Amino acid sequence: MTVQEAKVLDYETPPPRRVNYTAFVVEYLGLVLALVGLIVIFGLRSRSFFSPATFRTIANQIPATVIVAVGMTYVLIIAGIDLSVGSVLALSGAVLGVLMKEYHLSLFVAMAAALGTGLLCGLVNGIVSVRWRLPSFIVTLGMLEIARGLAHMVTESRTQYIGSAVGVIAATSLAGLSLPFIIAILTALLGQLVLSCTVFGRYMVAIGTNEEAVRLSGVDPRPVKIAVFAIVGVLCAVAAIIDTSRLESAAPNAGAGLELQVIAATVIGGTSLMGGRGSVIRSLFGVMIIAVLGAGLATLGARDETKRVVTGCVIVAAVILDYYRHRLGRSSR
Amino acid sequence: MLKHTTLPMPPPLLQLRLLSKAYPGVRALAEISLDLLPGEVHALVGENGAGKSTLGRIVCGLTHSDSGQMLLRGQPYSPASRPDARRLGVGMVMQELNLIPTLTVAENVFLSRMPRRLGFIDYATINSQTRQILHMLGLVDIEPDRMIASLGVGQQQMVEIADVLSRKCDVLILDEPTAALTGRETDLLFKQIRRLKSEGVAIVYISHRMEEIKRIADRITVLRDGKWIATHQAAGISIDEVIRLMVGRELGEASSRKRTPGPVALRVENLRRGNVVRDVSFQVHRGEILGFAGLMGSGRTETMRLIFAADRRDAGHVYLHGSSTPARIRSPRDAVRAGIALLTEDRKQQGLLLPMPIRANITLPKMSAVAPVAGWISGGKERTAAHRYARVLSVRARSTEQSVVELSGGNQQKVIVARWLYRDCDILIFDEPTRGIDVGAKFEIYHLLSDLAEQGKAIVVVSSDLQELMAISDRIAVMSAGRLAAIFPRGQWTQDSIMAAALSGYRAAAV
Ligand SMILES: Nc1ncnc2c1ncn2[C@@H]1O[C@H](COP(=O)(O)OP(=O)(O)OP(=O)(O)O)[C@@H](O)[C@H]1O
Ligand SMILES: [Mg+2]
Repeated sequence: MTVQEAKVLDYETPPPRRVNYTAFVVEYLGLVLALVGLIVIFGLRSRSFFSPATFRTIANQIPATVIVAVGMTYVLIIAGIDLSVGSVLALSGAVLGVLMKEYHLSLFVAMAAALGTGLLCGLVNGIVSVRWRLPSFIVTLGMLEIARGLAHMVTESRTQYIGSAVGVIAATSLAGLSLPFIIAILTALLGQLVLSCTVFGRYMVAIGTNEEAVRLSGVDPRPVKIAVFAIVGVLCAVAAIIDTSRLESAAPNAGAGLELQVIAATVIGGTSLMGGRGSVIRSLFGVMIIAVLGAGLATLGARDETKRVVTGCVIVAAVILDYYRHRLGRSSR
Repeated sequence: MLKHTTLPMPPPLLQLRLLSKAYPGVRALAEISLDLLPGEVHALVGENGAGKSTLGRIVCGLTHSDSGQMLLRGQPYSPASRPDARRLGVGMVMQELNLIPTLTVAENVFLSRMPRRLGFIDYATINSQTRQILHMLGLVDIEPDRMIASLGVGQQQMVEIADVLSRKCDVLILDEPTAALTGRETDLLFKQIRRLKSEGVAIVYISHRMEEIKRIADRITVLRDGKWIATHQAAGISIDEVIRLMVGRELGEASSRKRTPGPVALRVENLRRGNVVRDVSFQVHRGEILGFAGLMGSGRTETMRLIFAADRRDAGHVYLHGSSTPARIRSPRDAVRAGIALLTEDRKQQGLLLPMPIRANITLPKMSAVAPVAGWISGGKERTAAHRYARVLSVRARSTEQSVVELSGGNQQKVIVARWLYRDCDILIFDEPTRGIDVGAKFEIYHLLSDLAEQGKAIVVVSSDLQELMAISDRIAVMSAGRLAAIFPRGQWTQDSIMAAALSGYRAAAV
């Protein structure tokens, strides 16, 4: 890096399109290293880590979590939070299950109803917090209880065993990849594109950075915020469909604790809880790190409480590392 | 050239020796040496981005220099932090406002030294002490328990000054303290500066207002591109010479060409909000610059915010382009769609997206122009647009990708002006558009405003700088205690008549 005198922009040459490789490396290197490191460590320590069973555990867990994490990244970027994702997932799954099992509706109709349920929950979250200017923490905490309660009411607290009618989604595979996996990856890619290449994405980052400045430049932040919560709701429903399909059943207590897992994954990916900063692809890495960590500790025979302690430490360590990454990223720009 | 070392003087209080500081890609300071004498007011001048604030930040412990050394009262001095510098008697009023908006005036003033009784904050004490501090600066109308967010930028600035003045210090750095102040507050501040001077305090005074520097400074140091250019006795140098040293070239005159205003673009009728804005009515024509003068807190900013629907109005209507039905403006979004732009006075809280690049800050109000297809931003179009407007304002930066937070105060201000030029509204309301902008760039902005008026835009400029208003306005409206006290056409105003009108409302209230 050259140190030069402060000068007025070189206005004669048109602005170049410059890919900043240093920033790119700083952005992703740490996460890739962490993921590879974990895999290597578990591979060395445990004989059974590189087994189909481990792989299946991870592959099963990832799609739903990734899809919800895309939404969570968005909410965190606009300086909000959504605690209701697990419950909304359960409610959407419950609607899907009950409609198929009790009312014998087709998969497509039931899926549409599930997506509608997720959308509705998201809209309520968004509209209530925007209309009354309530912190989304409180509103979605309410929704966490409401949706969970409704899920139990809809299913009468019984797991709905649907069978293979719903299993087709998880059973389908293209080019060796399961459909849920493909949907998750596409959601993440699309999510990142929308975030970094569209006006909507720009508004999200701007709102998370300084909402008042956005409002005073003639852009109404409210519809954007409502849309973000609605998107999260829909993504929860997509995740619900995938999980229901994989298990061929819908349980009223599905997705319990999912919100913390997803927030942890996004935070490991470097999304700021203060808003204005975050990346979907990095959240994807966060999800994978948590999944590998969980599965790896299981193959080592770690007990549940040990897993929680270790995961907790990893989250805090990730945030500390991110603090340094952020400083490094700033000085290399 | 007079060199200070040739004159008989008391030993310097603070000595800076070959201070250098680089930020990525830019040398903010290059081997600066300065002596600061007790009881002197040392003006630090230079263009936007010359390194003045950086120097101040190093002296008051906010950043460290890369090399060089400082001596305070002859002892090596390298403060680890701002409180550390404060303990050693070095205080600074920052260029950017740093008060916490959701706390009261008193809480902000005592934030770092809360007196406690049994673990609880002793509000009676902090409120009464804050009142004393405020009174010292003539701020009788600010109650210590008011929320900072309810104060204007000028008032916040005075609170910060009062805060720093209330702490005992030997070296005081004032970074553009008057950028948002009107003449009256400036006089009050200068009275305090003279008092401190007589007590032997050494004061570094950073400003872009040359007439102030002439009034208060004993010596003047000019920086350019982070380099020391010259230090002069203030008595021995003219303003023009200082400006030439600053910019390295001659400046033109502020041209006030005679324009012929067109039809009415904006008519405001009986605008009212509480007792801040009381029945304000006026109109602006296309091709006209209407200046707004008045004392701090006279309701100018609030009036503009009401027109823009940034705040809810209690009563009143806004009519556009000669229409006889009131415009439906319920939110800033409606206002911008109706062709009204408002450049807010508080760039940090209400304008900038600080961590985001210059590019995103400029294109924010009209993304559709750079995202032609279904909301997908065209990177090339956006860069070109941002670049074009950054260039109109000569923003000093590495590229339009640089974060705004890394720019000097004046350059941040230019980014905000660029944003609204890019938005291209018909009615431009500029609240303190030149706050923190250097002399050269100020002239460029005056030219720009004049050009825009000639293109048929209606322009409203609120400014605390009366000279500026008199130089650029076709008419000057004067507000006093929330009312519109008078409107003077060009040629019929004098500084005295404007000041008299600005005070009229308060006199009436006192009777
Ligand atoms: N945190 C930072 N990161 C990168 N560059 C910086 C940072 N702070 C300041 N600079 C650069 O250092 C240079 C000097 O900035 P400084 O704020 O000292 O200017 P200034 O003389 O106070 O200008 P102004 O009159 O506009 O306030 C500028 O080119 C600025 O862009
Ligand atoms: Mg400065």
